[in-house]
Amino acid sequence: MSDNHTKETFFTKYIWSIDHKVIGIQYGITALLWLLVGFGLMMVMRYQLAYPDTQIPFIGWIFGEDKLLLPEKYNSLGAMHGTIMIFLGVVPLAFGAFGNYLVPLQIGAIDMAFPRLNAASYWTYFLGSIIMVVGFFVPGGAANSGWTSYPPLADVATAGQTVWLLGMVMLITSSLLGSVNIMVTVIQLRAEGMTWFRLPIFVWTQFITAFLLLLAFPPLEAAGILQLMDRLAGTSFFLPTGLVVSGEVLTNAGGGSPLLWQHLFWFLAHPEVYVLILPAFGIISEIIANNTRKPLSGYKSLVYAMTFLGFMSFVVWAHHMYLTGMGTTMGAFFQTTTMIISIPSVVILTALLLSLWGGSIRFNTPMLFALAFLPMFGIGGLTGLPLGLAAADIHLHDTYYVIGHFHYVVAPGTLFALFAGVYFWFPKVTGKSLNESLGKLHFYFSFIFMNGVFMPMFIQGLAGVSRRLADGGQAYAHAADVIYLNEIMSWSAWLLGMAQLFFIANVVLTLFKARTGEINPWNATTIDWTETSSPPLGHGNFEKIPVVYRGPYEYSVPGSKIDFTPQTEKG
Amino acid sequence: MEIPYGVKERPDTGLNNAKLGIWLFLASEVMLFGGLFSAYIFLRTGVDDWPMGSKYLDVKMATLNTLFLITSSVTMVMSWASLKLNDFKKFKLYAGSTLLLACGFLVIKYFEYSSKFSYSYYPSTDNFLGIYFTMTGLHVIHVIGGIAVIAFLLFPGAKMWETDPERFTSRIEVTGLYWHFVDLVWIFLFPVLYLL
Amino acid sequence: MKPEEVKHHVKIYINVFVALLFLTVVTVGISYIDIGVGPGIALGLLVASVKGSLVACYFMHLIDEKKTILWTLFATVISFMILIFVPLSTMFSNAGY
Repeated sequence: MSDNHTKETFFTKYIWSIDHKVIGIQYGITALLWLLVGFGLMMVMRYQLAYPDTQIPFIGWIFGEDKLLLPEKYNSLGAMHGTIMIFLGVVPLAFGAFGNYLVPLQIGAIDMAFPRLNAASYWTYFLGSIIMVVGFFVPGGAANSGWTSYPPLADVATAGQTVWLLGMVMLITSSLLGSVNIMVTVIQLRAEGMTWFRLPIFVWTQFITAFLLLLAFPPLEAAGILQLMDRLAGTSFFLPTGLVVSGEVLTNAGGGSPLLWQHLFWFLAHPEVYVLILPAFGIISEIIANNTRKPLSGYKSLVYAMTFLGFMSFVVWAHHMYLTGMGTTMGAFFQTTTMIISIPSVVILTALLLSLWGGSIRFNTPMLFALAFLPMFGIGGLTGLPLGLAAADIHLHDTYYVIGHFHYVVAPGTLFALFAGVYFWFPKVTGKSLNESLGKLHFYFSFIFMNGVFMPMFIQGLAGVSRRLADGGQAYAHAADVIYLNEIMSWSAWLLGMAQLFFIANVVLTLFKARTGEINPWNATTIDWTETSSPPLGHGNFEKIPVVYRGPYEYSVPGSKIDFTPQTEKG
Repeated sequence: MEIPYGVKERPDTGLNNAKLGIWLFLASEVMLFGGLFSAYIFLRTGVDDWPMGSKYLDVKMATLNTLFLITSSVTMVMSWASLKLNDFKKFKLYAGSTLLLACGFLVIKYFEYSSKFSYSYYPSTDNFLGIYFTMTGLHVIHVIGGIAVIAFLLFPGAKMWETDPERFTSRIEVTGLYWHFVDLVWIFLFPVLYLL
Repeated sequence: MKPEEVKHHVKIYINVFVALLFLTVVTVGISYIDIGVGPGIALGLLVASVKGSLVACYFMHLIDEKKTILWTLFATVISFMILIFVPLSTMFSNAGY
């Protein structure tokens, strides 16, 4: 990184850039586009759920001459919706975009520890996402065995599943490169005076997320290799002996175990959900401290709770497998660990709620999203409890209750936090602030329709409506009383989609505005706001490397003339 | 502006970025091979008729491979020690030996695999062979990766010894750590697959 | 590292190398003795662990490595143990298969 004097071309400045800020923006734009795509897939699915076996309007021609969404296609949309939202959308946005852009700025570093590795991690992600989508164009269509890819179905599924596996290998590689980078950066490149307990909570969450990704993803990579071997080399790692597919007994050697896949998959996928929520906690923490004009309540509690959460996340995974016949001893073990892991989440939510007490709250768009996050995440978390209790899970497993639960945490949970983050840091990244009126419209409509889509799912789930049914439960008598909710949820989803137009319009219009370059429009205390321009300097971020003297949330310090004191101000 | 602590150690952690980075990467590799070891144990415990390694595999060839890798680990660490003693000629000798031994490993593996195929022993034959080919195959990919890096550092990359010897030594150290890990995986693969 | 220190390390490397060669012979040797499957696995893994520890501690210099690395590896080892033993335990609890 000593080649400041080589001439910069368009290519090295915008395409193969090794600057963490450019890479962060690359991740951000790509991820937001994929979120739109993943949402689009779901909007089509919701048409089938509201009006089963009727022609899809406008875009029905994509699905064939009869314009119907056949069950296999429905399954493809479902599997790809989940995969795209999680692996191509939320994680790259929360970790790749926000993490890469902000971590060096918030710790006072000139870039990430390994800038070229950083660029490699973005392009690997990009390549992986293209591979994923190629699946839609192979014979048989995209992967259709759920984002969870359970064998034996996934083993014998159409070619799209192989493409899914290859895409996952690339995405996992990208993630591992990113994790190493974030961890080394935070450990090694903190500025003078930036001790661990002066780090913004945002940096803590990125660090713990990186640790989770580092250790939890590789077993899924191993499982992916094994499934590829099953599909391409004829092995039987996940195929039991004597399996009958389409009326014929498979000639494979057999002796395999579908449960092996489930263990290896969920070993990642449980920590993965904490990967989805931790960056959100980080973003919300920054925005709440800033918009209450007071320090966060319980900084140390937050840090210890999140660290404990990270470690516990490795021992709860089989609560996704209660119904696989593992026996009451192990079921009790996982139930216990699952109940224990709910405690740090409560500590975190409580700390954030208490932080509002006595605050001078500013109700700007980022803060509205942050405030909404709290009860929405609360609902998501609370509805996880009956799922975590093995006895109740017998009734609720694989029903819409589960879908309602996890969407509350990820959609009005994490996605709201990510929107909050975009509105909050937009002025730093671009030098222009997003329009508040459009932002508030985006917020209020999104909030209403998010609840419109996901709240009824609990009702359907309690009634016993299973997930992944292409007809939305129509064929089942036990669903008859709650089937009317499908149409309501679908309209909420489409209106939710429309509400995003406020956001898209806002971004486009704001980008065309003139740059104000206001350095710190929110009057924040952290280094990313106070020590760099908006946008930050291209080479090296800082005119002068900052020295830190204080904690990250010194708002309304008694005796101070203004209500915020930057971290770099001497004591 | 240069990223600090690339080679120099940061005072409070005592580490440089490269060393910390490679250890974190190796931690993820432990989990990768761990996933496959877990699969092996799960599959073996799930059936009554798991074959002994010696039924299908040639213990003598694998023992030779074990000796190759252990020796290559010594030559690798000696190549780093030579650089610390400023002996570039010795470095080339040891690094070259590491490469030769690594290639020797691949040659033996080639003979092993072709011998299996000649008996119609394929990954699809049964789960023992399946996991054998998968685990050793992934290990072979890691060996090839190591050969590529060592070869790069021994040939075109060795220019850096003239311009930035400390950074070059750090690169060799980091490569060595990776290479020792590859050896370590084999130290467990060998008894688990061939002898148990 | 000063040249004397490096030379001292080199002596250790040679000793470890000899130990590893010896232990490899031991590994192969005990596989020919019939002590039953269970004890055989335990002993084989024990010898492999000793060999692995020698490589890790001396070739990879873990024996005098910094706390950050050691704690990272500790967390990794715990994680590894969970991955190995917990799925196995689900096979042996009372519903069993």
